[in-house]
Amino acid sequence: MMIGLWGMISKNNLIKKLIGMSIFQTAIILFYVSVAVKSETANIPILPHHGHDYSPKIALAHAVSDDHENGGHDDHAGHQAHPVGPKIPDPDGYANPLPHVLMLTAIVVGVATLGLALAITQKIYREYGTLEEDQLLEKVRADDHG
Amino acid sequence: MVEHAPVLLMVVPLLAAVFCALLGLRWKALCLPLTIIGFIAALYFSVITFLQVSASSDHQVIYFLGGWNASEFPRGVGIEYRVDLLNGMLLIVIAAVALLAAIFSKQFVSMETPGKEPQYYALFLLLAVGLMGMTITADAFNLYVLLEVSSLTSYALIAMGSRRASVAAFQYLIMGTIGASFYLLGVGYLYIKTGSLNMQGIHDILIGEGLLESPAVYVAFLLIFVGVWIKLAFFPLSTWLPNAYSRAPTATGCIIAPLMTKVSVYIMLRIMLTVFGPEYVYDELSWSGPMVWIAVVAIIAGSILALGQKDLRRMLSYLIIAEVGYMVGGAWLLAPGGMARGESLYSTATGLVGTGYHIISDAAMTLCLFLAVGAMIVKAGSSRIEDMKGLFRKCPVTMACFVVGALAMIGVPPTCGFFSKWYLISGAFEAGRWEFAAALIISSLVNAVLFFRIIEFAYFGKLPEVDDAHGHHQRHDEGGMEENPPSMLVPLVLASVALIAIGLFNKEIAGYLSQFLNTVAMGGQG
Repeated sequence: MMIGLWGMISKNNLIKKLIGMSIFQTAIILFYVSVAVKSETANIPILPHHGHDYSPKIALAHAVSDDHENGGHDDHAGHQAHPVGPKIPDPDGYANPLPHVLMLTAIVVGVATLGLALAITQKIYREYGTLEEDQLLEKVRADDHG
Repeated sequence: MVEHAPVLLMVVPLLAAVFCALLGLRWKALCLPLTIIGFIAALYFSVITFLQVSASSDHQVIYFLGGWNASEFPRGVGIEYRVDLLNGMLLIVIAAVALLAAIFSKQFVSMETPGKEPQYYALFLLLAVGLMGMTITADAFNLYVLLEVSSLTSYALIAMGSRRASVAAFQYLIMGTIGASFYLLGVGYLYIKTGSLNMQGIHDILIGEGLLESPAVYVAFLLIFVGVWIKLAFFPLSTWLPNAYSRAPTATGCIIAPLMTKVSVYIMLRIMLTVFGPEYVYDELSWSGPMVWIAVVAIIAGSILALGQKDLRRMLSYLIIAEVGYMVGGAWLLAPGGMARGESLYSTATGLVGTGYHIISDAAMTLCLFLAVGAMIVKAGSSRIEDMKGLFRKCPVTMACFVVGALAMIGVPPTCGFFSKWYLISGAFEAGRWEFAAALIISSLVNAVLFFRIIEFAYFGKLPEVDDAHGHHQRHDEGGMEENPPSMLVPLVLASVALIAIGLFNKEIAGYLSQFLNTVAMGGQG
């Protein structure tokens, strides 16, 4: 992550700056994905085959309330409300899928940013004929005065 | 229809953007009407939403995106939109500013970016959608996505200008991406700690689980704030702003300058008050001392740098940096322990009221000035201050609006600038932060010097008699009146009327803001 940030700030070449930016963004994505890891045994979050009376809504409600509230009480209430007892998968057995989902969005954002940045770089190169920042700034300054 | 107003105010301009990009390929003339229709609809729905908010008992409207419901699911399963008095007002401001800027842009888009109308207006609409989304959302990750939507569109809109603009856009892109990435990282820390992405949810868990002392939360706060400060061009991190704003195409400047930094200030307020909560920001961290000092430096530096500028738009850009200093300083004025739970805040947090008020009035002021300057540049043929000579005779209406904007910026009653400064300065007195009050007054004086210099040039300056050296200023040789077309004048006049209106209704607006702060002090509602 720091490599990327350093690249973005200190490199002179615009393309190298963009490489730094990509490294930075990928590092953040990896950071989020590493958050999702729970334990050695946690598996990918795909529910096993389930019966008729299984309701993903309730399972979801349980999974989240298990996570955040020390809600043994909630659990009981839930079970009593549904005496049939929907099979609730143990959330500890699965990696947390939410960070992955978030990162899908972040990857899309990253691609869009990089695409736009490259387009702008292309435009700069076409106009000024250089991608070195110091030369570029000199030419811009000349534009300002002329 | 009415209950969906909070989402419709985003969906309609979004659809308009899609149609703009598609239909525009075939019929270019359709783009501007589509844009205007989109913004009128957004304005209509945001007014409806605001009326709903002020009519509801707890002063907020919550919209669950996609129909998930807080009674069936625990909070934070889906994305939630939450409108309260602060962002309700801001939504109206965004829609109105975008509408006026769109009308104003008619001449400039065909002049500065010929042949690109569909792309331009599609991006224009998307930018406004992103800004409104940032304002309305109650989900920290959704905020990141919308922040990137509005940032990406603004990079593109800036880069559409001259060749200098693309370099400015690149620098802005690098800075903006660093800022957004920091924000994302901070949200990651918060998610690890709380397991929620809903702003109110994060707050409840932070308080409920007693996580306020956790170093991870501190790191999250630090990262999020560095990110937000880059976005709002808070002084040491503001180097990208003057280039980006002054080199952008005129119409782009007219929407980005009033809205981008203001919405970022709102984001800062939202994160301070809703996500971390006043208990954390003011009591747990004792940052208000250094923060106000940095704001003071920002105000002074912005004003002094503005004094040195020869280019009108560049000068305004530096003034924006000073204005950001006002708002950040006002938000941090509160001393530790100042915001006791449940206490009426109107008496203790005038600085915060001033910040909220200044977000609204500064958006209107900046809009008015950028519109006026855009119109003046057309008439004068350049953006240098010396070239503004004799403009009063040529286009009196434009210049009258410029004077209203300038008076608001200086802070002359009854314009809104006076009242927001009034609240900020009385907040500074309450908190005993004399340096902040002094900085505000110095900056007002500098503004007065700056604007009267321009007004003097424009009012008393003689028109250049013969255009020998500047052959391309063909328009100068006519001494008579030569006003700008109505597509430029109407938004300009409306904006300057709005300046006075916001000033005259200061009591109502401040009342809404203090009511908002009261609900925050009660700990929000779950």
